Amino acid sequence: MNKVSNNKAWWLVLPVFILVAFSALIPLMTVVNYSVQDIFGPGQAYFVGTEWFEEILGDERLQDSLGRQFLFSAAVLLIQIPLGIGIALMMPTRGKRASVCLIMLAIPLLIPWNVVGTIWQIFGRGDIGLFGWGLNQLGFDYNYTANTGDAWATVLLMDVWHWTPLVALLCYSGLKAIPEAFYQAAEIDRASKWAIFRYIQLPRLKSVLVIAVLLRFMDSFMIYTEPFVLTGGGPGSSTTFLSQTLTTMAIGQFDIGRAAAFSLIYFLIVLLVSWLFFTAITHLDKQK
Amino acid sequence: MAEIQLKSLAHSYSKHPSGAEDYAIRQMSHVWHNGGAYALLGPSGCGKSTMLNIISGLLQPSEGEVLFDNVKVNELSPKDRNIAQVFQFPVIYDSMTVYDNLAFPLRNVGMPKAKIKAKVDEIAAILELGEVLHNKARNLTADEKQKVSMGRGLVRDDVSAILFDEPLTVIDPQLKWKLRRKLKQIHEQFNITMVYVTHDQLEASTFADKIAVMYEGQIVQFGTPRELFESPNHTFVGYFIGSPGMNLIPVQRTETGVEFDGLPLHIHPELAKYAETSTSSNIKIGIRPEFVRLSNTPADDSYECHVKYIEDLGTYRIVTLELGSQTLLARIDEDQVIEGDTVHIGFPRQWLKLYIDEFLVEGATE
Amino acid sequence: MKMNKRKNFGITAYIILLMLPIYWLLNMSFKTNQEILGQLTLFPHDFTLANYATIFTDPSWYSGYINSMIYVSMNVVITLLVALPAAYAFSRYKFVGDKHLFFWLLSNRMAPPAVFLLPFFQLYSSIGLFDTHIAVALAHCLFNVPLAVWILEGFISGVPKEYDEMAYIDGYSFPKFFVKIFIPMIRSGIGVAAFFAFMFSWVELLLARTLTSVDAQPIGAIMTRTMGASGIDWGVLSAAGVLTILPGLLVVWFVRNHIATGFALGRV
Repeated sequence: MNKVSNNKAWWLVLPVFILVAFSALIPLMTVVNYSVQDIFGPGQAYFVGTEWFEEILGDERLQDSLGRQFLFSAAVLLIQIPLGIGIALMMPTRGKRASVCLIMLAIPLLIPWNVVGTIWQIFGRGDIGLFGWGLNQLGFDYNYTANTGDAWATVLLMDVWHWTPLVALLCYSGLKAIPEAFYQAAEIDRASKWAIFRYIQLPRLKSVLVIAVLLRFMDSFMIYTEPFVLTGGGPGSSTTFLSQTLTTMAIGQFDIGRAAAFSLIYFLIVLLVSWLFFTAITHLDKQK
Repeated sequence: MAEIQLKSLAHSYSKHPSGAEDYAIRQMSHVWHNGGAYALLGPSGCGKSTMLNIISGLLQPSEGEVLFDNVKVNELSPKDRNIAQVFQFPVIYDSMTVYDNLAFPLRNVGMPKAKIKAKVDEIAAILELGEVLHNKARNLTADEKQKVSMGRGLVRDDVSAILFDEPLTVIDPQLKWKLRRKLKQIHEQFNITMVYVTHDQLEASTFADKIAVMYEGQIVQFGTPRELFESPNHTFVGYFIGSPGMNLIPVQRTETGVEFDGLPLHIHPELAKYAETSTSSNIKIGIRPEFVRLSNTPADDSYECHVKYIEDLGTYRIVTLELGSQTLLARIDEDQVIEGDTVHIGFPRQWLKLYIDEFLVEGATE
Repeated sequence: MKMNKRKNFGITAYIILLMLPIYWLLNMSFKTNQEILGQLTLFPHDFTLANYATIFTDPSWYSGYINSMIYVSMNVVITLLVALPAAYAFSRYKFVGDKHLFFWLLSNRMAPPAVFLLPFFQLYSSIGLFDTHIAVALAHCLFNVPLAVWILEGFISGVPKEYDEMAYIDGYSFPKFFVKIFIPMIRSGIGVAAFFAFMFSWVELLLARTLTSVDAQPIGAIMTRTMGASGIDWGVLSAAGVLTILPGLLVVWFVRNHIATGFALGRV
């Protein structure tokens, strides 16, 4: 579409600009301000330059947390994207059954995140939860509050349960947009199920998959509430991810300078990785 | 290659059809012979595309049988029928190159690479796609896309048949003509059964040896373009084929033949006999505008009538006439002179066709 | 046909697995604590509504739902009001800094809420908005407004520009055109944007909890109260959980026919 040059359009974006500036720029500036100062109390602040950043980058607790975070986000993407595509492919395309499926799939997305944590906290317990009880009955020594592996598996399973429907819904709407004629042509061209997926469905899912990958990366990278309710970050700090580390530092220990420096680095990592994903996926397409 | 036979075929899109109007295809039988170039001609909504999809296997007929070389294929998928089909709007795999698009149907059955290359190059040359062969298909123009779409059907020279569903709709007229000739060439070269669906009689008659005219879910006539023109089997064929269509005059039975508005029409005595024995009140006489004789002087069997207007269409003229309450059309040469606004018209007896209940009464041509 | 059966089996199995944890929560919410802590039962043997009664009779419980509803509604309204004109501007006009502004907006969706916890707390405290509904509504705009602008931009770009021009020719003023013609034309897009705004505001807890203490406390924060001296009151906790699912269910029911197109976000 040809856009008209018109600087008066700024008036239309002004409300958004003011609102977002208020709720993003001011706080962000505060963070930057804190990150270069050492504050003892009102009026007692000293400029410390990059000291906090250096400290943060060398902090082992943070490095561990960052490692766990990347591991978690990678696992989330590797499981949820293919699974979501698979579910979308299995879904009925029309009729009452399709609506029922869509509604069911949307439910986990609309549950408050602390309740998601609560649901799995209950579901996974060996005494009162069906999942934990069932595993114990089957002879597995499962206990998500005591075993690191079990805790990880439960947090991951919870996230798969919680967010795979989003990927599936995105893919489903992408699939719905493929005209019937493409399937007819493919059938005429003797394409196998795999060839139909590879050459017709997948290329046309690309734009929704970009959205799915970005959303899933960002949100899994910022995850806080669900594991906090489920495991509290434990056992030990085995399921403590970046947001929880940051929250503990900022609110719990009131270690403002370090928390601010940490915040900026955190934000930059999200931006950087999102940008990498975005350019990688769009470039993939421009080859050939 | 195969002979395609449709046996008491009928199809309805509703699960419980309650009457004839629920059927997209009404019960019919038909044979497409091996190696023929056929057109399936009819107005939109007459069931042409439905029939094509039934032949290719994209659709399962609700009644009747589809036979390929006398083997029932109703349950077989398009893949197992080994049939190619080109759709009205181009379907291209836009993530692939033109070459990959053309190679796709061959790769799907695991043809050796060298053979694929030979076939693709051959078809690309015929369709003049050589220059864009290694471009991404999504950047092509609309008619290049349609050529690719057709090419995917044409690369498969071992197919039972190639079906075309109004393939030239999106193509501009200049290229249309060229592509139609290409198709004809390909047909002559490979001798594959081809069925070409269209609503354009000119397209049908330039492509096909034989045309099947479809109307309200049935094939009402199957014949050469000449047969369709000279003796339309059904009033619809008379009206649909030709430009302009056949004059159709509702008539009443008399003792000596038929008449309308009190004017007797002199039809062949044998036809008159038919008309007499028929109990139907739906009797029509048809005559093509080309066969209406116009003269400035009266003759024995001529009728005087009023000229309403004359349209000049370049190489010929269409005269609109009023005879009694009927409006008739006549097609005359450019150089024939018409004086004043009355003219004497005659109907050569051999071109007067009798239709009872819309169907032609045959066997009485001279 | 065989393929279809496998598909049906697969999707049915998945839906059952998906619903199982929710069923378990529902199951627990109708049980007494004795039953919960006793033998594990697949359905409530001693069916009770007492857990729900606790919530509906105690203002400190149900006010949590009301608070959540209030700030979510405020957020949806604010988000749509500011996002609509902006999305229109981004879709129709070129202006100084448009691309940068757009990407800067989107980058806010990538900001971890945890980063903003402390500054938000200080900001809203300093202007006297701490523990108010509007504070949470504004805070949630941080990620909802960029998303809404982006979704609406996609839907608006799908409307041919000729409509705008036609309206001008017919003598409509811009505001009149926008309200009378344009908004009805992209109502499904507005519905989708509202749905996402509702969703992300309703499910968020970290910011909502930090910016409130008593008067505007969301239900999620109140739920932690079930941890009493005698351990967790599982029954009430489950009932409270079930009640947080209902508003979402209601919203999904209303948009059920637009889910398929809605999740394409106007961009397929």
